[in-house]
Amino acid sequence: MDESESKAPNPRINGWYELFSRGARDWLRHNEKVREAVRERLPDIIAGADVVSGGARTVKVPVRMLEHYHFRLRRPDQREGVGQGNAKPGDVLAKPSQGEGQDKGQGGSEEGGIEFVLEFKVDDIVDWLWEEMQLPNLKARVGKSEEADWAREGWDKRGARSRLDRRRSLRESIKRRSMQDEEAPAFTDDDLRFRQLTKREQPAIQAVVFLLMDVSGSMSERDRQLAKSFFFWATQGLRRQYRHLDTVFVAHTTEAWEFNEDEFFQVSGSGGTVASTGFLKVREIMEARFSPARYNVYLFYASDGDNYSADRPQAEAALRELSDAANYCGYLEVSSTAQRQLATETGSLFKALGEEGKPAGSFAVSRIEDIWEAVRHFFQQQAAETE
Amino acid sequence: MSRSEWRELLPRIEQLALKAGLSFNPVDFEEVPDSFMMEISVYGLPVRMPHWSFGVRYIYQLVQHRMGHSRLFEVVFPGNPGHAYLANSNSVAENVLVAAHVLGHADFSRNNLLFRRSQQQVGENIVEHAANHARQIGRAIDEHGLQRVEATLDAALALEQHIDMNQALQRERYPEYLAPKSEETDDTFRQRFASLDPAVARDPAALTRQRAPVPPHRELDLLWFIAQYAPDLEGWERDIFLAVREESFYFYPVFATQIMNEGWASYWHARLLREADFLPQQSYVDAIKCHSDVVRPLASGEQVALSINPYHLGFSLWEEIVEEEGLEAARAILQQDDDFSFVRNQLTMERAEKLQLFRYRAESSGQVKVEEPDLGALHEAMLHPKYNFGAPSVAARHVRVDGTLELEHDHKTDGRGLDVERGKKVIEYLQRVWRRPVIMHTVDEHGAEMEFTVPMAPAA
Repeated sequence: MDESESKAPNPRINGWYELFSRGARDWLRHNEKVREAVRERLPDIIAGADVVSGGARTVKVPVRMLEHYHFRLRRPDQREGVGQGNAKPGDVLAKPSQGEGQDKGQGGSEEGGIEFVLEFKVDDIVDWLWEEMQLPNLKARVGKSEEADWAREGWDKRGARSRLDRRRSLRESIKRRSMQDEEAPAFTDDDLRFRQLTKREQPAIQAVVFLLMDVSGSMSERDRQLAKSFFFWATQGLRRQYRHLDTVFVAHTTEAWEFNEDEFFQVSGSGGTVASTGFLKVREIMEARFSPARYNVYLFYASDGDNYSADRPQAEAALRELSDAANYCGYLEVSSTAQRQLATETGSLFKALGEEGKPAGSFAVSRIEDIWEAVRHFFQQQAAETE
Repeated sequence: MSRSEWRELLPRIEQLALKAGLSFNPVDFEEVPDSFMMEISVYGLPVRMPHWSFGVRYIYQLVQHRMGHSRLFEVVFPGNPGHAYLANSNSVAENVLVAAHVLGHADFSRNNLLFRRSQQQVGENIVEHAANHARQIGRAIDEHGLQRVEATLDAALALEQHIDMNQALQRERYPEYLAPKSEETDDTFRQRFASLDPAVARDPAALTRQRAPVPPHRELDLLWFIAQYAPDLEGWERDIFLAVREESFYFYPVFATQIMNEGWASYWHARLLREADFLPQQSYVDAIKCHSDVVRPLASGEQVALSINPYHLGFSLWEEIVEEEGLEAARAILQQDDDFSFVRNQLTMERAEKLQLFRYRAESSGQVKVEEPDLGALHEAMLHPKYNFGAPSVAARHVRVDGTLELEHDHKTDGRGLDVERGKKVIEYLQRVWRRPVIMHTVDEHGAEMEFTVPMAPAA
């Protein structure tokens, strides 16, 4: 043992105790471990979390304290103990209160009982998930771009008065006068500099995601819940890529309507399903507000797959038009009762599209746990599409 | 009275204690904030190695403390000098009482044989040793990373109760070879053979000597066994196991003499207070009030408690022993006993009745029923949680050729099998340091032999 190190820190120094708290340090480490543990099981935990409404940026997860395990005997059916007080043989005393255990030894006690809530940032969760699922980052569509507004570029000696660059002009004046004698004029026409404008092409870095949901009578509350969870995480995934992501919520039965986020998940319609109305509504909104020349367009459609077979030609035509304009069209088949594995009317529509080499994909989910597989599936495929 | 006035009274209390026959090492007294007191009680030592499990205990204590369930007046560490930490929220009267109480503890730890043995082994300065362990582990974290150090501590601290107090802290490894069988000297052939030229007659023992099995017997000191015999343990990991083990050697007497020790300290603070005629009247009254709060069998308003207060039990027993048998006899008991012998020898039926102790049976349904008086059963019920450092009796039994470690739970002694789910988690910790499979033998809920293990985690 090193002589200089064999001394305990001198506790007499004023305030030494307040300098640090070992208990707090170890508690923080415990919490970090809880986070790691939660992170490992994140997909399960988060899938059920009610996160979509209210634009929450954090998810609260109730957790138990970790237990540091020791060898213990099996819990006995009955236990003997010693008490003290006014009691006679045969007396039946009340149920033992909490924390009555006596000698707990150095091994700690039953401390797993306290529950607390950890808050996770949605952004962190998405980062972890992408890491966990080894999902690629999406690439913004290349090649497509738009002619932006006039952009400033360089200077000229002639131009409109409104584009006079005073600072630049003054600099020219100073340069000239330093070569001339003192009587030289302050400004000449030659000093003036005007900003030049050109048209420049800018890549499209804005994005919009259309979340289209079938709310016809056959879609149960649970189906819509599945769709909701999927939409939330798919949107988070896109948000990871695009700083400005617009979201458009469209629901349809035999007609289609645009909703705001809050209303969208409350909507439940009745009656039949005409998917083409939804696709047409999306196209209408896209053309009016989100030109594919300026936006990376994503479409996710959630439905149980039942569509009027009479609607097939219209739906097919509308979808094809959309898939030409969009980066990607995903179809999530939700059916909490039966697993039909995409062998549905709508399923075959998307399947045909995919086989033509259009950027389209499908995935069927029936349980909340499937959501992650769906997210993984779509994002891997999208990344492949944009390679 | 000013807050530090108790310090002026301290020499007089010490004088009084020496005159009454106590003998103790000098004690450093120190007043510290409540928060620090709480940490000492959580860690068991003023500066101790970091581990997340202490964080859990800490928050648990904090919650209890906030709810007003517990208050800590003092913590004292034996040694030469001893260290006593007093809460700086104590009143002057409380500190007078606490100082007397601390001297009782100091007398106990200097004279009780179990304490003396462990104190000699840890060099009478466990506080400094533990601080060194903490620093050593801090360095290991810098060098090998938090994850690896934590994995080692997970395993070592999970076994902190699994030491063998009947062995020395400093222990030799097992002999490598079996002792040669005793020579049969009446064998004339052997005699003639032995008388031959040494070049011809080679030592038969060297030819037949056999490697001793590891372990040669059931080994209860799991911390030591793993430190010495884990196949691929690195030096720094071994140091961590031995550091935890040294602290356990220190903790054992504290654990195994709690009733005696707290009782003895309480007896002396009461007695010294009575004799301290130099105390202002008000301080005396306040201190006596504090005494009766600490040393009472039941919380206020309670008729019956399902646990015993070790302060009250120990205090009552010592008071009767000193009164009936004299201080000399009491000091002899203090020297030789631990809680097991103390309770069995001193808690007579008469005393148990006087203290209104009773034995109860708690069903898993929640029903609690008071049992017929039976002194032997009462002793056992009281002492059962204290056997084997409060842990199941687990021993290393065998190391297979492939390095697999077989642990064995002595279920006959413990009366039932291990909690398998928890046991598996501990096996998980152990496999990370043993680096080979670890198997546990125990019995299931029907008493049938069983073994359990977990798959090896992939090497980090």
